[in-house]
Amino acid sequence: MTFLRALGLMTLAGLSLVGVASCGGNQAPRELHFVIWANYIDPEVYRLFEREFGVKVIEENIDSNETLRTKLQAGVTGYDIIVPSDYTVEILIRQGLLAELDLSKIPNFGNISPRFRNLYYDPQNRYSIPYLWGTTGIGYDERYLESPPTSWAELFEPARLERYKNRVSMLDDPRETIGAALTYLGYSVNSTDPRALEAAKELLLAQKPYLARYDSETYDDFLLTGDLVIAHGWSGEFARARTENPHIRYVIPQEGGVVWTDNLAIPKGAKNRDLAHLFIDFLLRPEISARIVNFLRYPSANEAARRSISPEILTDPAIYPPEEILEKLEWIKDVGEAIALYERVWDEVKTR
Amino acid sequence: MRRISELIVWPGALWLLLFFAIPLGIIFLISFAQRDLGGLIRWEFTLENYLRLVEPIYWVGPLGNSLVLAALTTVICLLLGYPLAYTIARSPKKHLLIFLVVLPSFTNFLVRIYAWFILLRPEGWLSWGLRMLGMEANLLGSWVGVLIGLVYGYLPFMILPLYATLERLDWALIEAAYDLGATRWQVFARVILPLSRPGMVAGALLVFLPVLGEFLTPKLLGGGKVPTIGVLIEEKFLGRVPDWPFGAAAAITVMLMALIGVSRHFHTVRESRWLG
Amino acid sequence: MARMKRILDRGVALLLALEVCLTYIFLYLPIVVLILYSFSASRYALVWGGFSLEPYTKLLTDPEALRALGNSLIVGIISAGLSTLLGTLLALGLDGGRAWGRGGIEVLAYLPIVIPEIVMGVGLLLFFAQVWRHLGGEIGPLPTVIAGHVAFSISYVMVVVRARLRDLDRSLEEAALDLGATPAQVWRRVTIPLLAPAIASGALLAFALSLDDFYVTYFSTTGGSAFKTLPLYLYALQGRAGLPPQMNALATVMLLASLILVAVALLIQRRHPSPPAPLPSEGEGSRGVRVSGRNSHHGGDRI
Repeated sequence: MTFLRALGLMTLAGLSLVGVASCGGNQAPRELHFVIWANYIDPEVYRLFEREFGVKVIEENIDSNETLRTKLQAGVTGYDIIVPSDYTVEILIRQGLLAELDLSKIPNFGNISPRFRNLYYDPQNRYSIPYLWGTTGIGYDERYLESPPTSWAELFEPARLERYKNRVSMLDDPRETIGAALTYLGYSVNSTDPRALEAAKELLLAQKPYLARYDSETYDDFLLTGDLVIAHGWSGEFARARTENPHIRYVIPQEGGVVWTDNLAIPKGAKNRDLAHLFIDFLLRPEISARIVNFLRYPSANEAARRSISPEILTDPAIYPPEEILEKLEWIKDVGEAIALYERVWDEVKTR
Repeated sequence: MRRISELIVWPGALWLLLFFAIPLGIIFLISFAQRDLGGLIRWEFTLENYLRLVEPIYWVGPLGNSLVLAALTTVICLLLGYPLAYTIARSPKKHLLIFLVVLPSFTNFLVRIYAWFILLRPEGWLSWGLRMLGMEANLLGSWVGVLIGLVYGYLPFMILPLYATLERLDWALIEAAYDLGATRWQVFARVILPLSRPGMVAGALLVFLPVLGEFLTPKLLGGGKVPTIGVLIEEKFLGRVPDWPFGAAAAITVMLMALIGVSRHFHTVRESRWLG
Repeated sequence: MARMKRILDRGVALLLALEVCLTYIFLYLPIVVLILYSFSASRYALVWGGFSLEPYTKLLTDPEALRALGNSLIVGIISAGLSTLLGTLLALGLDGGRAWGRGGIEVLAYLPIVIPEIVMGVGLLLFFAQVWRHLGGEIGPLPTVIAGHVAFSISYVMVVVRARLRDLDRSLEEAALDLGATPAQVWRRVTIPLLAPAIASGALLAFALSLDDFYVTYFSTTGGSAFKTLPLYLYALQGRAGLPPQMNALATVMLLASLILVAVALLIQRRHPSPPAPLPSEGEGSRGVRVSGRNSHHGGDRI
């Protein structure tokens, strides 16, 4: 009997806790829900914003574009600002899930470099503004390589792979990894040619036995612990790993690579649109953008921020690649119906 | 008695209907739809998702792997867990010992997988040890690593029901067997083992079924190189190239496989006295 | 011959002891590692960056982690309470004879144990976001998460209680009925107290499953507020670049907390031992609720 009583009390206690919690949980008038990748901003920025405008920013982490998209498509509301990658912005616009930006409320938009305006996925920046951008290439520990890699061959040629057996990884991402194979073979990362994809598939299947893993999250960890010697990955992650081990370097192969942006956008269901605009404008201030770049080591699209970014970062070709290299980079774009081909290739590579 | 018992089932049943059966129904419906350009749903009827599953690349790789891994995990857990459960059940310190079995589960699952990263990686102690013994040390990113992770995660699920059954054994029966002149082996094989069968069945089901659908351990410890149906389903719902209808079909298929496996032991599970 | 048998016996006993020791070592190896690495000065959980207490200080000053822990506990307690109630009722109800829909309800009740969690999770997301909203407007994250947790916990509780029910000596219930008790009284005063250990096991099991659940929670958080349970918080944290060592610190702290809790429970048990069970069929009851608590399935690793 005491037992049931205890059970009942437990439930009651829990429910009352809920009551108390939800009282405080109702959205206070000056709160902003900011949905972004983990560790993708300097927390000091929130404090500065709150001090100046009295608005509390509540950060929520999401682990992938797809999770974000799934939630928005399923009708989740309550996010005020989201940070989708370029290809996700395109899809969200098409599905009518983004709110139009009122650029008159974001004067600092003028700070964005012309190179990062009017991009393929949002030609007039009606829905999104680039936050940070980056590239995909090859990272490595220079102590274990004879010379810096110059080509994707380093990851695809059996002779070279033999040297890195079980110490090399590729991204666990069909577009990026199939894209790398396509680039090496001379095709576009957005190719819809079945023969190109077939060739890419063969290449990836030949590569697979040498790989330690397909990994999009912990390749930088493993590079630091020495379990990986060379990895396919994103520029900023390698730059950050470099702060713990200066032997880690990053290079974009000569055949080209991928460029991508993460963008600030406001979903349709946002409740605090004005505050959202305010925060976006704040983030685009030169000194704030610079602060974020200095903290994260990812390049910013904010041209005006350059004067406050630490020179070692500005001159680091791994973070801010030179113009000639930028020219060769491709955006991963939607390929329409041909996506079924990519899905097929990826399934075959992953399941063999 | 009867009327009230008929009524009191309903709160629980309704809850299950609303928050379990209906969502399941939605998934079932989706499995017959077509994929739209975003990977989501175009509401046109098709059987192609299920037909696709019949292709070798799906059932040899992921489905086959899942079945084999689940079976192996169950067997190894049984082999490792039975002696442990038996010893603990006979021990005067049984409460402490069984608590120690369960204690590691009080940490978060993801954190423990990360610990296995540290242990299994090529530059870790285990790999070094294996290399010194002259063996190839490819634990991470291989099905061996995944198996280790799975056994680790599910061992308590096997030990607990076994322990519960063994602990409640009537030792008088065993004494009697000895008195009647049986050897140690005979006592074990003819008395103890059969009596512990409900516990073994319960443990086997509690390991086999979840492992079938497991995705986190194979994905992380397998480094994307150990395809299982759980990993496939996750990729189809949350990967870069989603395909919800196909993922739904795969999920329904796994569920059916599991159901078929369980139905034969359904009776034993219901009758089992592995907990109390 | 007898001597050989004795040596064989000794050998078997030794092997058994060895196996037990090795298995315990196996169980605790990752735990030792994670405790060790919780003192790493690196930004990455996998990298040993030298000894430091920083992960712990970072953990204590991380409001999101603590909030997530709090949420996990709240959800765990409430869903354990609800699912224990509903699951027990279900077990009791199904225990009666044949009745309308019984077979169907039974199958329904066992299904959650079989379904891959991600399937449940996605189904719940679609259900809450689309169906529920059309019926009754917005709903916060807490109710939806709890709804999902209870949905799968009910089954486990039911299985546990049912198993115990089978063992029960029915003559006691019949005697009570014969003595004039109403069915409700019989349940309240006879059946349920007898089932108490199993109900406790079920509750603990539900709590543990809820605490470690990932997929159902992940998808059933509709409101887009910053509601996270611990597994969610950790998973999002490792999204772009692996876990930080704070997480090892968190795990170590949770381990310590469980140890302390159990030690306290033991102390209380020593001071106030539970009264011996009045009923002879009660094999375990004399050792009190706590014992059966241990026999339950703690620490579900169902993600």
